[in-house]
Amino acid sequence: MTRGAKGWRLAARLACALAVATLFLFPIYWLAAISIKTPEEIFAYPPVWIPSGFRLDGYVTLFRDGDAWAVWNSLVTAGISTVLAMVIGFIAAYSIVRYRTGGDHLAIWIISQRMIPPICVAFPIFLLFVSLRIVDTYTGLVMLYTAFNLPYVIWMMRGFIQEIPLELEQSALVDGLSRWAVLWKVVLPMSRAGFFATAVFTFIFAWNDFLFALILTRSDVITYPVQVTGYFGSQSTFWSKIGAMSMLGVLPMIFVVGTMQRFIVRGFSMGAVKG
Amino acid sequence: MPNLQLSSVDKFYGDVHAVKGVSLEVPEGEFIVLVGPSGCGKSTLLRSIAGLEEISGGDISLGGRSIVGLAPRDRNIAMVFQSYALYPYLSVYENIAFGLRARKFSESEIERQVGWASELLAIGDFLQRFPRELSGGQRQRVAIGRAIVREADLFLLDEPLSNLDAKLRDGMREEIKRLHRQLGKTFIYVTHDQIEAMTLAERIVLLRDGVVEQEGAPLELFERPRNRFVAGFLGSPSMNFIEVEQDGDGPGIRLPDGQIIDKFEFAPEFPDGGKLVWGVRPEHFSVASGSSADMEALIEVVQPTGSRTFGSFTLSGTHVVAELDARAQIAADQKASLSIDVERTTFFSAETGEAC
Repeated sequence: MTRGAKGWRLAARLACALAVATLFLFPIYWLAAISIKTPEEIFAYPPVWIPSGFRLDGYVTLFRDGDAWAVWNSLVTAGISTVLAMVIGFIAAYSIVRYRTGGDHLAIWIISQRMIPPICVAFPIFLLFVSLRIVDTYTGLVMLYTAFNLPYVIWMMRGFIQEIPLELEQSALVDGLSRWAVLWKVVLPMSRAGFFATAVFTFIFAWNDFLFALILTRSDVITYPVQVTGYFGSQSTFWSKIGAMSMLGVLPMIFVVGTMQRFIVRGFSMGAVKG
Repeated sequence: MPNLQLSSVDKFYGDVHAVKGVSLEVPEGEFIVLVGPSGCGKSTLLRSIAGLEEISGGDISLGGRSIVGLAPRDRNIAMVFQSYALYPYLSVYENIAFGLRARKFSESEIERQVGWASELLAIGDFLQRFPRELSGGQRQRVAIGRAIVREADLFLLDEPLSNLDAKLRDGMREEIKRLHRQLGKTFIYVTHDQIEAMTLAERIVLLRDGVVEQEGAPLELFERPRNRFVAGFLGSPSMNFIEVEQDGDGPGIRLPDGQIIDKFEFAPEFPDGGKLVWGVRPEHFSVASGSSADMEALIEVVQPTGSRTFGSFTLSGTHVVAELDARAQIAADQKASLSIDVERTTFFSAETGEAC
């Protein structure tokens, strides 16, 4: 291939990459832009592509009115449920892989739980939560997100643990570790990339949940997706607040995915996705 | 007091009886090799000693104390695995120190022990590297290092050289033997390679289908095999098995092609009108001249190796290999006069395969 043809190929690839990046990043840019635009700029036609100033009124209002607590609520519920689901799911997956707990079909049964459309169980869960008096509490949401994410965690971790050579664990047992110590000192480090990748997705699932947060919260633990919808009024829509709140919701995700990117890529390339 | 004692050890996997009542005494400091074909139960036996498998019956004791039911970590045993089982996320130093840390050794003690092991195994230069940066031979040394730093009562080695190429294997064999002499500990080594078994062992335990076929010093098994299986398993190329008949009432035997060999000091006892199987190792043949020849053979294939030459021929359908002097004047499709060191040969029952 000539040098010129190589150059064209490179240029074409870069153009494609740029187009895809723009497609994905533009909505986030637009959200950020709305959050700092003046009301006139938000409704202007033709649209104002670049805000004239850097107005933080939307953010200030969110913090002054206490609406920003919704992001904290999301962080707490998604964070704690992710930690719980990862710990329980990791141990359960290990048990299924190494002790053949539940025979050959338990794992399939567990992942099938994930396939139930959430709306089917929304009403029964609401009644259950009412009788347990955990509606609009951290405990309620954390329990729910943990339960809903466990099948995914078990399924993913099962794949990662299966790839760990058994002899590594046996060697550690002979060397002086207990089963529990083997779990933390051998199995976890060996499946680290998959573990963190799974944790990121688990966090995102809980973070993005709207349905249950809408049904099971009232005022105390409203999460950010529910809070955002509150700004769509029948009389008016508070675009500045929507923009600011959405940015507060997106930023932690960008941070999490950004810091864990290397694990996510490695987690996927380790083979859990292939099967 | 024996260091390790196995008493009627049984192991079942479902309906499969993998180890059938194996009893064994291993005195302290002995280098014992469990050898046999795939599926003979040798690895199962080793893993049972390590505590990685629960035995179905019998008893295993170490230093006079039963270790059945104890967790692997409570048996004070060190093990080297076929795949090396090095932790890829730890440096060589940390890999070797792993067992010491698990047993809460002090940092200074760990440093001293790792230093000692790395010097002994000549791996001191790459203690800070990771396993992926090492060659197969170096990885195997690290795996051995990890086993020897702990003052274990017993060292178990599960086919540790199988993943190495032939040349490296020769070198490591010698090193393992030297290491055993230096440490003076009990080594139990599992292999399917009879050369490894012969070269390393002070005592070989040859297993088949979960049963000990024969145990003893390597040369004892080699020279005086109890049955055809043992005779055929040890030695490369394998022992030749030739069906022979008694030559009339005399002390000689008749080969399948009619040739008669009658120079036996002690004539074998044939069953009434029956046959025996004559076990002749390839090295029992030599090229003869004149009247010292015992038989004539039409050589079919000649394989010179440099140090020795293998000549193959057929005796009425029985394939025979003779290991001859490298300078032996033999050629394919030509007749050769061969003599046989008959006193070193063995006769087996044609029916049971047991040595006569």
